Amino acid sequence: MFMKIGSDLRPSSIQPDPMCPDVHHVMSISQETSDIYTLKLQPTERREAVRFAPGQFNMLYAFGVGECAISISGDPTVNNVTEHTIRRVGLVTGTLGSVRAGDSIGVRGPFGTPWPMDQARGRDVLLIAGGIGMAPLRPVIMDVLANRENYKELTILSGSRDPEGILFADELLTWKKQPGVDSKVTVDHADSRWNGNVGVVTTLVNRTVKDPKDTIAFVCGPEIMMRYAVTELQKNGLGKDQIYLSLERNMKCAIGLCGHCQFGSEFICRDGPVFRYDRIEFWLNQREL
Amino acid sequence: MHDADSIVVERQDFAGLFEILRSLGYAVVGPTVKDQAIVYDQLSQVDDLPIGWTDEQEAGHYRLRRRNDAALFGYAVGPHSWKKFLHPPRLRLFQAERSEDGAMVFKQEPVEAPKYAFLGVRSCEAHAIAIQDRVFLEGAVADPTYRERRIGALLIAVNCGFPSSTCFCHSMKTGPGISQNTKVDIELTELLDDEGHRFVFQARSQKGQTIVDRLPARRTTRGDLDAAEALVAEATETMTRELNAEGVRDLLYANLEHPRWDEVADRCLTCANCTMVCPTCFCTTVEDVTDITGDHAERWRRWDSCFTLDFSHMPGGSSRQTSKSRYRQWLTHKLATWHDQFGTSGCVGCGRCISWCPVGIDLTEEIQVMGQSTQGVPSS
Ligand SMILES: Cc1cc2nc3c(=O)[nH]c(=O)nc-3n(C[C@H](O)[C@H](O)[C@H](O)COP(=O)(O)OP(=O)(O)OC[C@H]3O[C@@H](n4cnc5c(N)ncnc54)[C@H](O)[C@@H]3O)c2cc1C
Ligand code: SF4
Ligand code: SF4
Ligand code: FES
Repeated sequence: MFMKIGSDLRPSSIQPDPMCPDVHHVMSISQETSDIYTLKLQPTERREAVRFAPGQFNMLYAFGVGECAISISGDPTVNNVTEHTIRRVGLVTGTLGSVRAGDSIGVRGPFGTPWPMDQARGRDVLLIAGGIGMAPLRPVIMDVLANRENYKELTILSGSRDPEGILFADELLTWKKQPGVDSKVTVDHADSRWNGNVGVVTTLVNRTVKDPKDTIAFVCGPEIMMRYAVTELQKNGLGKDQIYLSLERNMKCAIGLCGHCQFGSEFICRDGPVFRYDRIEFWLNQREL
Repeated sequence: MHDADSIVVERQDFAGLFEILRSLGYAVVGPTVKDQAIVYDQLSQVDDLPIGWTDEQEAGHYRLRRRNDAALFGYAVGPHSWKKFLHPPRLRLFQAERSEDGAMVFKQEPVEAPKYAFLGVRSCEAHAIAIQDRVFLEGAVADPTYRERRIGALLIAVNCGFPSSTCFCHSMKTGPGISQNTKVDIELTELLDDEGHRFVFQARSQKGQTIVDRLPARRTTRGDLDAAEALVAEATETMTRELNAEGVRDLLYANLEHPRWDEVADRCLTCANCTMVCPTCFCTTVEDVTDITGDHAERWRRWDSCFTLDFSHMPGGSSRQTSKSRYRQWLTHKLATWHDQFGTSGCVGCGRCISWCPVGIDLTEEIQVMGQSTQGVPSS
């Protein structure tokens, strides 16, 4: 008989356009460091609970200015409230930084693949963050702390440019006091008041991995730092399938249609941002991708 | 190809097709001569078609030429493709208002979906549409505008008799004849010989059948079917450009640092012409704007190209700084990563990017050169 045309589609009724944001109410804005702030958001229209998994992101819209991809940095066990921790680097992140409590912004999502918490169950969890890369890992920490019995040791390695730039510095101290949790911080440039680690975050890996066969590592930070992290983790006995990375590229749609976030064969918005290392190894080692 | 169910419509009755399509509420779009090229636009009558015209194409070259007959479809593909109708170059996505208290309201744009009849779809183009179907309809999220327009569209395909020198659809297995499993509604072949000027029509969908049934026609003879087959066979014969589609994905993955990329980058102007004319290229960007009061905002989507520096903009700088990296992105996407992403090649061999490249870069040549001096096997 005849071939089916256009996948045998039928006209749809009016559906929400996937590119049209929802209005969210800004509950609070708080300064984390000199250039990083956190927005706490709530949807204004009543609808089914907004849920997310650690590692997912939203597209945040500043009125008339534009949109950008921002990870969810808040507690995954709390519904209908999302936190976003944002570094001012340009137009949209700059504009969003000047909103006030009570204002509205546009939100799409959540999108993307989460950190594989099921793979982390019963294992040591090692988190490695560079700078703002701590933001998408914070929900992992909260999830581990809320379900402590599901995981073994939690180790957080965090690197920042200078002591003032350490993201979630107070929380890192609080988390460190929890049983089975360790956190280490390092800075690229120290001043005289700093008596902690100096150097890139990947140097901390050596002294950290205890049981390589039973460890899972989640890494987020600048691409060059992630390449070094992978090398260090492999040197310490972790397999390619025990390392997960969260990648970043320009994003315009977050739904796999605009083509901007391509990373070789992968669409970071759709197939990522969280990837198991062996899936993207080939591409991560190409220049100017 | 046609079978025994096909019918023949004489040239003087061809206008009947327009009447039937109009009575069914279709907006007929198809090839027409404009600005010294055959482009796709609204057609109101047979005379709007490029009657008696053909094209002469080479790398970086496109010219119209007079034919010595009055054929309606005696040319290959021009700078336009059907994507301009299914995936419009510019589209408003939403409007938003902000009131004094800071509250925001989003007004989603209603999907505008004219009911199009595409007259003169070539086999390579039907394949290109099927490829865009995979991109826009078969992923996790469908594009609403593409979806509505695609459902309504009627594809009237024409078997190719006069490929241009830049065509290589035969290598890509997308033409020049329309195969049984190509998704179209009607297949037609234009015949112009001693037996007269006539068209073999064949319904290829239920929708197409209702139209074909209404055409003033006679049954096909063996002679008509043989002539139609010979036309396509001859078209295949005349095709000179080739691309080894079988091995190209692995070839590219093994040669991402081949010196040829530097060589092509020296010639490439990163003008983005190739991506604009390509019937499968789908990338878009968005533009957010406000009016002078600042309280009315709109978002527009428009075609974008991986050849621009801004395409890969990141706060620390674009990830593809050099034209080498951008040409490599384009070509590896078309011929290699597309397979991984969508289970199909991203190239149908229509040759547009060759003809419309101002410096005449020819992807078939690039692949050939790389194949002759391959770097090695993929490292993964
Ligand atoms: C999955 C994911 C998660 C992320 N999570 C976080 C997070 O939690 N916190 C955080 O701080 N950052 C995060 N980022 C990074 C963040 O998205 C970028 O820092 C942000 O897009 C910068 O936007 P901007 O408008 O402030 O910067 P700009 O540099 O002004 O760029 C803004 C946008 O405008 C476009 N643009 C700017 N200039 C041009 C130009 N000349 N031509 C064309 N387009 C242009 C770009 O496409 C860009 O998307 C994440 C990124 C991804 C992909
Ligand atoms: S890459 Fe060139 S030949 Fe292939 S489909 Fe696109 S325009 Fe046609
Ligand atoms: S590539 Fe093939 S199908 Fe397309 S116009 Fe040329 S001959 Fe026709
Ligand atoms: S951001 Fe548009 S395809 Fe991924």
